[in-house]
Amino acid sequence: EFRRFSLERSKPGKFEEFYGLLQHVHKIPNVDVLVGYTDIHGDLLPINNDDNYHKAVSTANPLLRIFIQRKEDADYSAFGTDTMTRKKNVLSNVLRPDNHKKKPHIVISMPQDFRPVSSIIDVDILPETHRRVRLYKYGTDKPLGFYIRDGSSVRVTPHGLEKVPGIFISRLVPGGLAQSTGLLAVNDEVLEVNGIEVSGKSLDQVTDMMIANSRNLIITVRPANQRNNVVRNSRTSGSSGQSTESSLPSSTPNILGSLLQGEEESDEEDIIIEDSGEPQQIPKATPASESIESLSQIELLHESTQNGFLPSSEMNLNQSTGSISMEYEAPEPGRKSLEEDGTIITL
Amino acid sequence: MRRFLRPGHDPVRERLKRDLFQFNKTVEHGFPHQPSALGYSPFLRLMAIGTRSGAIKLYGAPGVEFMGLHEENNTVMQIHFIPDQCRLVTLLDDNSLHLWSLKQHGGTSELREEHRFTLKGPPGSPPSATQVTAVLPHSSREVLYLGTESGNIFVVELPSFRVLEDRTITPEAVLQRIPEDNCNRRSCELVEALQEHPKNPDQILIGYSRGLIVLWDLQNNKATHHFLGSQQLENLYWQRDGSKFISCHYDGSYSQWPVSSDNSQSEPLENTVPYGPFPCKAISKIYWQTTKNGLPYIIFQGGMPRASYGDRHSISVIHGSQQTAFDFTSRVIDFFIIFSSDPAAEFDDPSALVVLAEEELVVIDLKSAGWPAVHPPYLASLHCSAITCSHHVSNIPLKLWERIISAGSKQNIHYSSMPWPIDGGTNIAPDPPQRDLLLTGHEDGTVRFWDASGVCLHLLYKLSTVRVFLTDADPNDNMNTLGEEEWPPLRKVGTFDPYSDDPRLGIQKIYLCKYSGYLAVAGTAGQVLVMELNDEDAEHVVDHAEADLLQDQEGYRWKGHEKLKTRDGPVRFEAGFQPFVLVQCQPPAVVTSLALHSEWKLVAFGTSHGFGLFDHQQKRLVFVKCTLHPSDQLALEGPLSRVKSLKKSLRQSFRRIRRSRVSSRKRRGGGGNASEVQEANAKFDQDVLQEMELAPVQRKIEARSAEDSFTGFVRTLYFADTFLRDSSRHCPSLWAGTNGGTVYAFCLRVPPAERRMDEPVRAEQAKEIQLMHRAPVVGILVLDGRSTPLPEPLEVAHDLSKSPDMQGSHQLLVVSEEQFKVFTLPKVSSKLKLKLTALEGCRVRKVTVANFGSCKTDDYSENDLAVLTNLGDIQIISLPFLKLQIRYPCIRKEDVSGIASCVFTKYGQGFYLISPSEFERFSLSTKWLVEPRCIVDMPEVTSNNHVHKPGTENTARKS
Repeated sequence: EFRRFSLERSKPGKFEEFYGLLQHVHKIPNVDVLVGYTDIHGDLLPINNDDNYHKAVSTANPLLRIFIQRKEDADYSAFGTDTMTRKKNVLSNVLRPDNHKKKPHIVISMPQDFRPVSSIIDVDILPETHRRVRLYKYGTDKPLGFYIRDGSSVRVTPHGLEKVPGIFISRLVPGGLAQSTGLLAVNDEVLEVNGIEVSGKSLDQVTDMMIANSRNLIITVRPANQRNNVVRNSRTSGSSGQSTESSLPSSTPNILGSLLQGEEESDEEDIIIEDSGEPQQIPKATPASESIESLSQIELLHESTQNGFLPSSEMNLNQSTGSISMEYEAPEPGRKSLEEDGTIITL
Repeated sequence: MRRFLRPGHDPVRERLKRDLFQFNKTVEHGFPHQPSALGYSPFLRLMAIGTRSGAIKLYGAPGVEFMGLHEENNTVMQIHFIPDQCRLVTLLDDNSLHLWSLKQHGGTSELREEHRFTLKGPPGSPPSATQVTAVLPHSSREVLYLGTESGNIFVVELPSFRVLEDRTITPEAVLQRIPEDNCNRRSCELVEALQEHPKNPDQILIGYSRGLIVLWDLQNNKATHHFLGSQQLENLYWQRDGSKFISCHYDGSYSQWPVSSDNSQSEPLENTVPYGPFPCKAISKIYWQTTKNGLPYIIFQGGMPRASYGDRHSISVIHGSQQTAFDFTSRVIDFFIIFSSDPAAEFDDPSALVVLAEEELVVIDLKSAGWPAVHPPYLASLHCSAITCSHHVSNIPLKLWERIISAGSKQNIHYSSMPWPIDGGTNIAPDPPQRDLLLTGHEDGTVRFWDASGVCLHLLYKLSTVRVFLTDADPNDNMNTLGEEEWPPLRKVGTFDPYSDDPRLGIQKIYLCKYSGYLAVAGTAGQVLVMELNDEDAEHVVDHAEADLLQDQEGYRWKGHEKLKTRDGPVRFEAGFQPFVLVQCQPPAVVTSLALHSEWKLVAFGTSHGFGLFDHQQKRLVFVKCTLHPSDQLALEGPLSRVKSLKKSLRQSFRRIRRSRVSSRKRRGGGGNASEVQEANAKFDQDVLQEMELAPVQRKIEARSAEDSFTGFVRTLYFADTFLRDSSRHCPSLWAGTNGGTVYAFCLRVPPAERRMDEPVRAEQAKEIQLMHRAPVVGILVLDGRSTPLPEPLEVAHDLSKSPDMQGSHQLLVVSEEQFKVFTLPKVSSKLKLKLTALEGCRVRKVTVANFGSCKTDDYSENDLAVLTNLGDIQIISLPFLKLQIRYPCIRKEDVSGIASCVFTKYGQGFYLISPSEFERFSLSTKWLVEPRCIVDMPEVTSNNHVHKPGTENTARKS
């Protein structure tokens, strides 16, 4: 169904008004929809708040092509399992309540047909000289394709400049994931692997950590070339929406969600073949009904969830108004208890 | 660490942890690595061994052990006990002297360093002026005489190490008293030996390197006698009565010199070259021991004919017409004689010769005819053939224990029955709580059974698998069967024999069932032997079966070693474990995992190609499963060809480079095509070289894939009676884990006992789990309904374990190098996990279930996982919730062989090799702690102790 209508470019108004207009134009006043537009590069980008709505309108040249999609379709056909999506939403909701006041279930993401291969994350909390890169290994046959080496870097310490041992990227394999992202380069210093500092660890140890995390690898580097750093605008710090380069518009808003999703995916994909039948993914066990056991499981969850978060994410937690425990104390009314437990056994 | 500290920080649990876990390195078993010095105190009846790493170890009666470590980690050159005291002095190769003492503290004796001292010369003097070469602790216990390279003999006070400068014996003072034309300043260079007169403590004998020997009177500060040897001096020894002394020399000769009051210079009574007339090697140390029957024992080290036997490490004993040259397989470090220490006794009457060789301690009984060796209760040479694997079995039933000891005693008949002669100190440690066996597999195809219950690791029994196979070496070829007229009369002693006839015989895996006495042993060439304990010698045929692990795979060629040839017909086996069936894996690759179920009479084995199950009751192969990935060529070719091919490719690429250089010079400006090829070649070579250069410092980061090499390598096998198919019926099952993160589960049907021989055992694959992180699976375990690990086979039948809970649901624990995961059974769903590598960068190397008892209450104990990581850390992880309890650094991460050799016991102890010949024992438990507790009392000092025997405390040795 196509509709064509006009807007006043100089006075676009609020996103909510625009949303109402769309519903009106399409005669779907009570249907939740996802709104997207194509930008000048031909990428499909979401419209869900005033900022990106204004941005979209300002880039219209002269036409602005808007796509709307039924929420349900987009939501459930796009993303794997039910619980996963829910959880992600819940978490991002908790973390960024201001973003989602109206529509808690909105998905801010590229359509699922396109899988991200890499992203820069946590720009808002890292020093500008650092870059946190996430490599998505799953779903591709591309090798990660890089090598690391020992080296030394100069640090400023209370005793003046000091040479300290460090781990560096030594080689990128042509055609590998690492090279194709353009986010990593030879001689970049590796500072963290999945949130764990590498200082004090041996080359072999860091190698093992990277390989163990290879399905969802997040590396924080100090790029050798510091000229391409993201320059942060102090006005927007705290809002993660503007953090990335234009080619990576949508990954930041739900870092945490996607991190968790990554955790999930890298962990729960073990395959079982029963009686020489078809391979299946191993499901998560439903929790035992005895109260004692489930208590201990909650405790376990508590530990591991906190552990699963990156330090940066924890900073996010602190910035946000709620705390992580809110999730347990005030579950959404609509959620069934089983699903809640489903999250609990995420270990 | 954050995650373990913050939430769930339960003070009750923290307190309980303190009652359960504690890390201690308790004792070192085996033979010290690189021994460098030996000392003995006849007064304390303690022996001291120093090593090149600066360790000093004292040994007395079995269980009496002390250890000290010099801070400097320098080689210990000499050890001297102070006469009649619990003190000893060590000389290190940095020329420092250290005074150690045994002091009682809290009910036990402890070895402590009291003082250290380095001799300093006058300013400007060369370092050689004070380089100590000979040490004499005087029987007055107040001074040490230090002979130096410069020829000066310094006197230092004990225990303060204060130099008494006015008492220094300078070469000038010595020469003054010798009115000789052929003696000059150079005659007094380098003091080789210092010996106190056995009857007169005021006289010391000084031997200088160039042959001059002087008897010095300490009271009058003058030389009373001098003796001029023509040969370079090696060592000196007083006879007991002080009327004669003996000197030994560089040319393989020894001389006897009389000391009489009338003349001050004398000619030797006798000058002998025992292994002449051809040039001989030096005699570096000599003893002359008197006996009641008048015939002395002359015991010396070296002196062999240089040309024919110059490479032998020998100690010769001459007693009348008897003469034997004990031939050691490793260098002799030092030796001493145990003889009558009663100063009033008229004769020495030697009883034992104690020899410290580089790789073992050998004690010869000089009292029994034929001079047999004495079986040492400690200092066992663990590495007499290199250790290839170890296996620990806790709490051995008494019956099996006695049968093993009886089998072992039949092997030890050639040993002397003499009680252990070094018996100082008292062992006050409580009796070991249980009987523990440590089994070590060796490169030469033997398995040694050690009593690991207490402080002394003692060899109980040695099993050889060699007899099953045909090897190049003739087993009847015995080094000791030399003819009577053979000269020199060499006799090989000791057990250290580093040379393996055939590396394929090496033992890789051992599994002993302590209830049934079944033993399975698997080796380097794919051989799996199942054995049974038999108290009698027996001759029987060993049944053979082949297990073709590549059955479905076509077109592969094994390029590794061949299988071992077996002996046809019946083979004679001595009492002990006797093999009754041999399963030969094809291809004959190293057996990488082994499991035995003595109740079901099944043995499972795995290699890099797959695994199989064998029914040793019916002697029938039940099934094999190939785990090989079709693209994995390396696993197929075998380890040998891999090395070869790497060498070959290196060689080829170098050759190519050379060739391309030559040809480019020859054909400059030649055809375009050829030069392109050359360029490409050169580029390729450069790449290869570059990669080689970079290889040691850079690491590839890549996710593991199914195509990686050795993914099919079977790492672990496990039998369990559990719910595999449905939750109503449990059945026997076999689990296997591979290097590629795959777990296979087979459902087994074992016929009931009454039809066990009639119906075949059947197996059917029930499950296959692929861990997506693809890390090697190092452990599989099933927890019963109470979350307790399933008991070992026959454990319940012997009433030693509660029967497992078959009502509640079972859980499967899979331990990979990177993660611990618990799954439910029979429907496999993931329940819990603990990530290790992703968070800490370390990998699991060894994992065992261990039972920890509380030191506070007897009725509390729990099962936990004891885990050793590749960083050498030990972690204890709780079951079934997989929470890290505690972590201890244990082994240096660079010590790869130490980490690889580690073995845990079922009660929270463990062993790992700190050198090829030594196991370090450690304990994680507060309850089970085996450590030396001993006490050394000062024996009563006899009134006439000043009439002292020399040479006993002074096992002086030249560097």
